[in-house]
Amino acid sequence: MKYAFFPGCSLESTARAFDLSTRAVCRALGIALEEIPDWACCGSTPAHASSDSLAVALPAFNLQKAQAAGLPVMVACASCYARLRTANHRIRNNPEDRRRAERITGRPYDGGIEVRHVLDVLVNHLGMDEIRARVSRPLGGLKVACYYGCLLTRPPEIVAFDDAEHPTCMDELVTAAGATAVEWPFKTECCGASLSMTHSGVVGRLAHKLLSMARSAGADLLVVACPLCQVNLDLRQADAAKAHGALRPTPVLYVTQLLGLALGLPPEDLGLDAAAVGYAGGKS
Amino acid sequence: MTNPIPWNDSGLMEEVRQRSGTRVSACFQCHKCSTGCPIGPDMDILPSQIMRLVHLGAENEVLGSHAIWLCASCEACTTRCPMAIDIAGVMDALRIMAVDRGTVLPDARGKQFHRSFLGSVRRHGRVYEVGMMAAYKMRTFDLFSDVDKVPRMLAQGKLSLLPNRSDSVKQVREIFRRAKEEDRKP
Ligand code: SF4
Ligand code: SF4
Repeated sequence: MKYAFFPGCSLESTARAFDLSTRAVCRALGIALEEIPDWACCGSTPAHASSDSLAVALPAFNLQKAQAAGLPVMVACASCYARLRTANHRIRNNPEDRRRAERITGRPYDGGIEVRHVLDVLVNHLGMDEIRARVSRPLGGLKVACYYGCLLTRPPEIVAFDDAEHPTCMDELVTAAGATAVEWPFKTECCGASLSMTHSGVVGRLAHKLLSMARSAGADLLVVACPLCQVNLDLRQADAAKAHGALRPTPVLYVTQLLGLALGLPPEDLGLDAAAVGYAGGKS
Repeated sequence: MTNPIPWNDSGLMEEVRQRSGTRVSACFQCHKCSTGCPIGPDMDILPSQIMRLVHLGAENEVLGSHAIWLCASCEACTTRCPMAIDIAGVMDALRIMAVDRGTVLPDARGKQFHRSFLGSVRRHGRVYEVGMMAAYKMRTFDLFSDVDKVPRMLAQGKLSLLPNRSDSVKQVREIFRRAKEEDRKP
């Protein structure tokens, strides 16, 4: 099992822990990753909000590189994943989008490369039986709220490998890791992260709503699969509490970090020291 | 009796359709998009109201709204619309139109953030966060928000003081140049 890996800009900086833990978990589970050589930024929200051409061409440029390597693509960042899938969908279904992407990048591309999120690869390609069989250090009933956020499942006809309103893939992974996935209603509520720099007050309100709901559902911590969600929910806890009322400090881990622990990987290989609200590996 | 509602024509609706590839005309005002919008409480005009104003050709109201810059692109509306309207795509089209037309924005932070971010990508091929944040702060004179978080992030290796350049940077610049030409095409 081999994939061309598109890390994306956040995984080189704020989301280093996601990068480390994704690579470590894939290594442990026998999924070979070959980083796309000289990949460029997918353009993220600033591209699709400013230039329709750029929003299609930047992902196309990266997918052409994966095509040259002859491999399907695996993405960790939920936002990059949505951008690559959306551009691919448009290139496949709209001849004008395809011609425009080809004119801009100067190379042919028909949208044929498969793009999968790391959760999709783990749950649907590798399979839950395989993962359950490799869990060597079950997490002893730790209570976890799985937070999918917005872009992993929306819009469903383009990105989703799981139910758009009630996804369960992270819950399955967390359960396999020996933890308990709590039922809570905000699994796919947006945290507002694309407004993080511009409207931090709005983002603080949303973070407070999510964190306090996870706590009242009984969760000890949250797991996420998006760098924007992690930074937002982790880093804004003090500000959110100041503006909207007391919050118990709540660790926000990447789902790959939690799974890595259950696979018996050493915490330093998973970037567990990199969060603002620390997690020592036990109940909090 | 004269009709008090300024009805230009369907020009705005047609331009939005061309730019976003979605039909706002199908909106029948069920307000499902607004009900599920996480940013609704902060918006001056709700997503369903934006759709109605596009029907009415109320260009100044729509392009001058806070709402189009507050939209977080979370796609909840697009996912749930019973008429399969890509509302998030409409929000993108409206932001692009507002900048193209030189509309006086009620709040330029969104536009400045997008410029700073894409400037960083054009220069380095990837986002160089420290440089991007500095550019954004200079453009908006918002020098002090969130600076309290920087030392800790630097210490944890989450922010790098040097850009992480992609070796594709020359090709990326070419992509920016050609994308601009394509956007200018009618
Ligand atoms: S959900 Fe769709 S049909 Fe309903 S108000 Fe919103 S845009 Fe119109
Ligand atoms: S995409 Fe924008 S308008 Fe639609 S629900 Fe999300 S924030 Fe609201």
